[in-house]
This record gives sequence, C-alpha cells and structure tokens, in this order.
Amino acid sequence: METIQKKAEEGITSELALVQAAKKGDLEAFSELVRRYDRNVFRIAQHITHNEEDAQDVVQDAFLKAYQNLEQFQGNSKFYTWLVRIAVNEALMRLRKRRNDRTVSLDEDVETEDGSIPREVADWSPNPEQLYGTSELGDILKKTIQGLSPGFRTVFVLRDVEGLSTEETAEMLNLSVPAVKSRLLRARLQLRERLSRYFKNKKGGDGQQ
Amino acid sequence: MKCTEFLQELTDYLDGKISENLKIELDEHLHWCKECHVVMNTTKKTIEIYRDNELYELPESLRTRLHDAIMTKCRGSKSGKKSTT
Repeated sequence: METIQKKAEEGITSELALVQAAKKGDLEAFSELVRRYDRNVFRIAQHITHNEEDAQDVVQDAFLKAYQNLEQFQGNSKFYTWLVRIAVNEALMRLRKRRNDRTVSLDEDVETEDGSIPREVADWSPNPEQLYGTSELGDILKKTIQGLSPGFRTVFVLRDVEGLSTEETAEMLNLSVPAVKSRLLRARLQLRERLSRYFKNKKGGDGQQ
Repeated sequence: MKCTEFLQELTDYLDGKISENLKIELDEHLHWCKECHVVMNTTKKTIEIYRDNELYELPESLRTRLHDAIMTKCRGSKSGKKSTT
C-alpha cells in the first residue's frame, strides 16, 4: 500500500544559510525566509483561528517574533519547525481572545465526546469531487474541519495538510509522539464521519441519482 | 483481529508505517470485514481531499501587503532582541 504522506524536505541546506545571514542582520535573507513560508503559516493560522484578520495578524506577529528571537534559534531543528511552533502559539492566543479568554489549549479536548467510533459505513460514490463544484466542496471541507476541536484540527492540519512527520508535529506542539498519533487517528476518524454525511453513496437511499 | 483493534492501527496502516507481520494481519481483517474496508477507504479519501484542495490560499496582493508590513516591523526592531512595545 502506498504511503500517503507528502515529503516536505526541500531546501533545507540553503535554509540554514539564510538563517545564519539573517542572524547577522541580513534583512534580505530574512525576507527570503518569509517568502518561503508565509503561505504555510497563513494556512495553518486560518485553520486554527477561522478568521482571516486573525490569520493575517498571526502571520505578521509570528515572523516578527521569529526575527526578534533568531538568536535563540539553535539550529537543532528546522527553522520551519521552530517558526510553526511560534505561529501555532500566536494562533491559539488569538482564538482565546475571540472566545472571550476562555482557556483554549491543545489539551482541552482529550477526553471529550468522541465520534471516533465509525457509524457511517456507507462507501463514498461517486468521488466527492464529482458530486460538488470546487467552491461548494471547499465550503463543506471548511465547515467540517471547523467542527473539530482546536487540538484535533491543529494536529490534522500539520500532519495531513502540511505533510509534516509525526515527530515534527510532536516537537512543534510540545506533545509526545503517542499523543500526536492518538489525536491524529481521532481527528481523521471524526472528519471522515462528518464528511460521510455529505459524500456517502445515496443510491437507493433517498431516491437521488 | 477485532474491528476496534484494526481501528487502533489505522493511522499507521494508512501512513505505511507498520511491520510486515502486522500488515498481513490487517490485510486479512480487511479482506473479510467490509465495514473496516469502507472506513479505511473513506478515511484515506478524507486525508487526500483535504490535502489536495487548498482551502486557504494567500492571494498575491495580500501576500505582498503582509510581506511589506513584516519587513517594515523587522527594520524597526533588532534581530535577537525583544521589542519593548
């Protein structure tokens, strides 16, 4: 069975050179790092905050913080891993503010009601892409992932959308590898369950073709 | 193997990170359990559909605006030192 994990390995060598140059005050080098990762940071921030303004702020604040704290970056991990850790913290902070300071943490949902036990076991046919137009499908996917708690969707986004490894995700979120694995499994199953409501094979069910 | 045991291994199975022996057991379970087969297939599709449909693209005009704002802030601050604002 083929693996479905993406490789996210490109450009590691020159990344370190850029970081070293930026540490010495080379703003052009830092600007290149921003260009390299701004789309990813924006995507992650949008997924966590569900709010475009907040996501824009997260992008700005995360890169500024990274720049201001470059000296503390030891180079033991990838710059991107370090940057995403800053961005996730910023995004969770914004989410907390939106929710009127109710505590939002990556741990908040560990023992809540689950949905990881499959109930919908009808196959999806035809492919969801054939059932819906691009924008309609996008709305369904957004709505569905937003229904997940922050801890689950953050793990899912880093692992499955951004294509990072379990170990990298654990490092970014300060979680253990087993904790990431368990959340990933539950996030995947919950999303599957929720999407099944839209995508399940309706033939013979409610008379739809 | 029970369905619950299969589900426990689903993430590693989909990521291709299981031992050959375990894979044989899981494949055997999939062979006769239609429900787990559907769950496995639709979970795989769930991952693929989120990976392939970029939900939050950063438009080029906004990207330029953010980039300029970031660089202006960086210029006004010093690398390695926290700003006092």
